[in-house]
Amino acid sequence: MQFYSRRKKLIGNSQTEQLYGHCLQFYGQPPIENISLSEFETFAVDRLKLLKTVENLGVSYVKTSELYTKKLDAEFSNLNFPYKIEADDWKPQTGPSEYEKRRKDHISHFILRLAYCQTEDLRRWFIQQEIDLFRYRFNDLPSKNIGQFLQYNNLHYHTISIDEKKKLMDKLVTSSFAVSGSTVDGKDFYKVPFQDALDLVRTRKVYLNGGYVYIPHQDIVTIVLNDFRTRLSKALALTARSLPAVQSDERLQPLLNHLSHAYVGQDYSIQKSIGKISLEQIDPLSAKSYPLCMRQLHRGLRDSHHLRHGGRMQYGLFLKGIGLTLDQALQFWRSEFVKGKVDADKFDKAYAYSIRHMFGKEGKRTDYTPYSCMKVILSNPPSQGDQHGCPFRHSDPELLKQKLQSYKVSPSGISQILELVKGMHYQLACQKYFELTHSIEDSGFSLNHPNQYFMESQKLLGGPGAGVKVEVKREDNPEVAAEITEDLDSFFQDA
Amino acid sequence: MTTADYDQASLPDLLPLYYRRLFPFSQYHRWLNYGGVTKNYFQNREFSFTLKDDIYVRYQSFSTQNELEKEMQKMNPYKIDIGAVYSHRPNQHNTVKSGSFQALEKELVFDIDMTDYDDVRSCCSGADICPKCWTLMTIAIRILDRALRDDFGFRHCLWVYSGRRGVHCWVCDEAARKLSVAARSAVAEYLSLVKGGDETVRKVVLSDPIHPFITESLTVVENYFSQYALLGQDILGSKEAVDKVLALLPEDILFLCATFHMIFGVHSVASLLAKHALMKTAFFNQMTAKKGHYFEMEIMLQYCYPRLDVNVSKGVNHLLKSPFSVHPKTGRISVPIDLRELDRFDPFEVPTISLICEELDQPKTEEEQDDNMENENKKEAGERRKMRDYKRTSLAKYVKLFDNFLEEMAHSRKGEVLKNSGECNLNP
Repeated sequence: MQFYSRRKKLIGNSQTEQLYGHCLQFYGQPPIENISLSEFETFAVDRLKLLKTVENLGVSYVKTSELYTKKLDAEFSNLNFPYKIEADDWKPQTGPSEYEKRRKDHISHFILRLAYCQTEDLRRWFIQQEIDLFRYRFNDLPSKNIGQFLQYNNLHYHTISIDEKKKLMDKLVTSSFAVSGSTVDGKDFYKVPFQDALDLVRTRKVYLNGGYVYIPHQDIVTIVLNDFRTRLSKALALTARSLPAVQSDERLQPLLNHLSHAYVGQDYSIQKSIGKISLEQIDPLSAKSYPLCMRQLHRGLRDSHHLRHGGRMQYGLFLKGIGLTLDQALQFWRSEFVKGKVDADKFDKAYAYSIRHMFGKEGKRTDYTPYSCMKVILSNPPSQGDQHGCPFRHSDPELLKQKLQSYKVSPSGISQILELVKGMHYQLACQKYFELTHSIEDSGFSLNHPNQYFMESQKLLGGPGAGVKVEVKREDNPEVAAEITEDLDSFFQDA
Repeated sequence: MTTADYDQASLPDLLPLYYRRLFPFSQYHRWLNYGGVTKNYFQNREFSFTLKDDIYVRYQSFSTQNELEKEMQKMNPYKIDIGAVYSHRPNQHNTVKSGSFQALEKELVFDIDMTDYDDVRSCCSGADICPKCWTLMTIAIRILDRALRDDFGFRHCLWVYSGRRGVHCWVCDEAARKLSVAARSAVAEYLSLVKGGDETVRKVVLSDPIHPFITESLTVVENYFSQYALLGQDILGSKEAVDKVLALLPEDILFLCATFHMIFGVHSVASLLAKHALMKTAFFNQMTAKKGHYFEMEIMLQYCYPRLDVNVSKGVNHLLKSPFSVHPKTGRISVPIDLRELDRFDPFEVPTISLICEELDQPKTEEEQDDNMENENKKEAGERRKMRDYKRTSLAKYVKLFDNFLEEMAHSRKGEVLKNSGECNLNP
């Protein structure tokens, strides 16, 4: 694997210049040079901060807005990553050269692959941020460089003839917001198999016929992104397989471990408050300490004595996260379902299995973790008859308003929340809901997980579900680990 | 034709008969074998059976058609589901190193279920269906089939009646079977226009530009709308129903409607016409010009456009009810639907297992006796009898449909082979 070749000699200048001939890359080739342990650490941490910024900005702002671009630009510049192609000065007045920035970009990416290849969740997070990062940088490329980039990376997509363009003129114009008659005449259109342009197909932003999409030159970015995603996904899987060899290096292991834990944050799968909540407490808790999504699910369950699969998963895992034991969970769900159309036998046959599955007692015995806000907001949107999802994201604003009114939220509070929803700041809206229902000015935390909401609420109210923060165990080389840990912690104070 | 009084309690007696003499094993195997092009394609396919007393068994797999027949005749499953083609034989998955046992390919499938339309149908709810709301399935099939063929270029789509309250589509093209989870999800999203759960009132939101796919789909909906929605479902026929429609309108339009509502009253045809006329007046158009008049389209789509469960289509390993399996609650066989006669398809005319078992006992007609003579030379008596049996029942025409479907696929495969081999065998 890559890092064995760290021990090879330093490559001469001309070759590395070629390697970094373009400010943007697909990270196809791993770096092959020596670097010091401290550079290793700094590079990794800097890129991690960058990706974290990408994540936070991505939730709070629309990705193509000016504010987003400005903020991300600033972060790039602060952390010394390459982002402007005209910065071709290899020997600048102050600070690192473009070449050095590109090298940092290259190496840091590969280091983070080591830290983030290990589990499905980590991989998914890493890929998502790297893609957003890539998209942001690609969009910045002037068009002649795009052509260069495509060629350089062997993406051959065929353009359609002028006759074909004339024939399809109407369809091309009506399928895409940015395409007018003159665009069709003036620009190249590429015919691409739909499997290579899934994002455009999914959102219906392009003309699709006979299995091919017709893309104007300026939209080639989405295609490129898909390609990037596929390559990165495969690469991570490969990396995971070679990981044991790298982990045996004592200098690297503590750092890599800490990197990946610091990122995904607490996952609420181990909780110190287990068994401290009784079933009778659930109803009052749902009114006091549940985030709105769970309150809605609980209400839905009590009212119709049933929840569909999506709701059972989201709520069931949340309950696990607040400390319900498997037996309590089974009792809870059974007693509710039995009041509905399901008799005890059917419950045991059909539903009990999936609850035990959630607790890791069936099948491949994965201990599933409760869903984070990101997951609830971004995946599996609810459809007719469903109660799951994030109410700030998925509910009609009118209905949301009514619901908040029924929960006695003040009119001014409601309008503040609706403003945030309009701006797509769903987690901030939920945080505001927290502040209003707990009658405090500032929640004091950055919400990104329903169980976090619950724990913070219980902490405030002095309830049984407050739990204790989880410590990550450090088993090897405690001194080095402690040192690294301290340094890293100070970087992540902002949370 | 009647349903011949199907009773779930008689399934234990009917199923053995069905699996011994009626289930079209040869066609079934021909389908799932896909011309034997890929090694072990049939052997690595997962089936799941639901047996008597709700016993559910997964990871069933078979080496040959014969083995499949024998097992099914032994177990007499109440329900049969088809899953994915895996990397190894499903029935040996426990012996495979953890992580290596993967779902590789499966048909792209869609499941349209009538219960998903409960908020917009007034005639039935839940598991019930009737000829009035069945039109929703007809519309769904027309729209989706066109899109799968024209937009995505898929050529082999098998539409099947689920046996109770919906339809399934199996897209069998090689390209479809090889689609990734992300691709399946993208296809399903492309085809989705109705979004939102109980909490969402306005489930269809259109904006400029209107994609050709939406235009095409609307054309289909418009063909059926007056008959289905205005007459059949009577969506403007009562204050309650009208209120539901009005809830979908943007606020300023609502205000105008409310005014007219007061003037013209609710229950008369006049009000219906008045509302329509209202939409056409210049005054009205001026008021709505800024916002774009998509609400008419949105309303029609919300009431009629197909609602599919994206989760069913997304998963490569998702199990779906098999064609030609029996629906235990209704006794109906999941039969293929003839798209050439789509408007005439009647779910209540689909044969039940009790009907076709009964038909087996009917004496032979002259036509069949002639057939017998023809087949004398083929194989042994048992086989001969088996080949004739389903032909004597109402199942015959559905098996023929399936045969045609399989023929077309075989034809395509031949075409591909010729293309790939670079030869062009033009007859001299």
